[in-house]
Amino acid sequence: MNWEILGIWIGALLSLSLYSFLYRDNPFYKFAEHLFVGMSAGYWVIYTIENVLKPNWWQRMFPAEGGFQIVWVIPGIFAFFMLARIVPKIAGLSRLALGMIVGAGAGLGMVSVFQTNALAQVEGSIISISAGSAFEMFSSLVLVVGVVSGLVYFFFSKEHTGIIGGTANLGITILMVAFGASFGYTIMARLSLLIGQSQFLMFEWLPTIPRILGIGGGA
Amino acid sequence: MRRTAVLLALLLLAVGTVAAQGVDPPERPESAVEEETGGEERPSGPEEVVIAPAHLTNTVRVAALDRVFDLQATDHPNDAGGSVSLAWDFDIKDEVPDSLAVIRRGPSGVEERIATLGGISTRYTDTTVSDGDSYSYWIESLRPDGTPAAVSDEADASSSAQWIHSGRVAMLIILAALSLIIIYYIETAKRGKKLYIREIAGLAAVDDAVGRATEMGKPVLYIPGIMDMDDIQTIASMVILGRVAIKTAEYGSALMVPTARSVVMSVAQEVVKESYLQAGRPDAFNREDIQYLTDDQFGYAAGVDGIMVREKPAAIFMLGTFYAESLILAETGRSVGAIQIAGTAMPSQIPFFVAACDYTLIGEELFAASAYLSREPKLLGSLKGQDAGKLFFIILILLGVIAATIGQFWAPLSSVADFLRSLVAVS
Repeated sequence: MNWEILGIWIGALLSLSLYSFLYRDNPFYKFAEHLFVGMSAGYWVIYTIENVLKPNWWQRMFPAEGGFQIVWVIPGIFAFFMLARIVPKIAGLSRLALGMIVGAGAGLGMVSVFQTNALAQVEGSIISISAGSAFEMFSSLVLVVGVVSGLVYFFFSKEHTGIIGGTANLGITILMVAFGASFGYTIMARLSLLIGQSQFLMFEWLPTIPRILGIGGGA
Repeated sequence: MRRTAVLLALLLLAVGTVAAQGVDPPERPESAVEEETGGEERPSGPEEVVIAPAHLTNTVRVAALDRVFDLQATDHPNDAGGSVSLAWDFDIKDEVPDSLAVIRRGPSGVEERIATLGGISTRYTDTTVSDGDSYSYWIESLRPDGTPAAVSDEADASSSAQWIHSGRVAMLIILAALSLIIIYYIETAKRGKKLYIREIAGLAAVDDAVGRATEMGKPVLYIPGIMDMDDIQTIASMVILGRVAIKTAEYGSALMVPTARSVVMSVAQEVVKESYLQAGRPDAFNREDIQYLTDDQFGYAAGVDGIMVREKPAAIFMLGTFYAESLILAETGRSVGAIQIAGTAMPSQIPFFVAACDYTLIGEELFAASAYLSREPKLLGSLKGQDAGKLFFIILILLGVIAATIGQFWAPLSSVADFLRSLVAVS
């Protein structure tokens, strides 16, 4: 048996099964979907054990040079709390672990989000609008006006009427123009993925059909 | 409004004062190392930074380099300890060193070569030291045969951990000031003052969407994105899920929540359960309706698509962090005729939601949703405080742009623009 051809056929048939969803839900799609979900869930279990639990917890608790680092028992206790959900009597313990995850996520995220989404943007917006060529000056002006009017759009505690309303409308207009450009750019990237998969079907899978049927001298 | 202005003025004053005292770059040589290595985290291993001195280029490297001088060893700043930064300079003479050896004498008195660097290296970070112990360092410039050509003077240093990141003091001050303003507005709201919040179309439609599902006898599908609970958008999504779950409990609609992360599933189950209790319908809560599919991005998209076409939900909420699966989900939702309310702060995915959904929460509207839906004084006060923060940034930007623009013609204002930039610069 030619394993390469078998692999190509499995890939092609699963691709076509998934594409069949474009027509309607059908048994082929259901089969491919369940296979995809099941296999990827199984894959992520192993991935998590090998790349998260072992290096970040187990191997730190029992380092290669020997010994036992007792501090790493704490994450183990929280992991136990999470698993306590399956025992109704002690299921409430999982809230401790969940609270720590959400709290730590919010706290750590606040610093990085505030730094990248607020401070860095403000720093980048403090520019001269009289520097460079006429086009560069125009670009700088659009940037400043876009940032300020965009911020005004996201005022929630003021009614969007009068000057605030006009500025907010300008802000959402500039945002929509930016979204339109982003839409076109991303669609082009998606098309390249479609082209890649179509090339696989046309140039790798289709040529194997005559080979299997023993006609046409093969690909 | 007058109080807002006073608060902002105080904020500006406080930030300006602290920034003027604290954001000047340190003069020590390690500050240069910090800038070039990012200055945020201690490197995970020994690090060599090769920077040619100003007087050296590739074309003149035939000039001799045989004596390292002005070696300075200092504790690596703004880290969790365990590292020492070294910086030095060269003398140019007749002999070209092939490489440089970094020698260290530890607290036990043992001398060891800890690194061999390129001939024009001028700095090195030793990340294998123990905090509190004193180490002596010196650099040997080596000939091609490995014999030392010259030896620098010794420099001593010991490492320690810093509790405060000096490059982030300005951010701390701004965050603290904004937090105080938010707390002020929360307290104001708690005292009963009515706070206005403008209409957000997507959120005004939540009731209609859940009501439509109830009338049609079909479920509501809530998709919380594909990221874990350490993501701010997922956290915001869980808060909104709580409000949506109260509606579905009150209306008696089924609520389905497929998740891509096991922890998100656990949190979602707790949130929905709490909401059903709050609505007085704990009997209607079904844990099985909140299920984990897979961590895989497109596996999850395929699974959710399957749920959409088989369960045919009347209302679909897509609120959280989304990537390339956003359009796949939104298109499928549209094909089954569901009313769709989406929201994300991912700029590259918002256009797809705008194109394929009935309502889209753009960026921060997602974070304002919980306040809008609940009208709780605590959340409304928080929203008002955040608006004050935006006003502060708008003023900062406008002042900075004016200063930078006029500063091109009048130098003193240029330094004002630089100062305003330094207020928000984070190393």
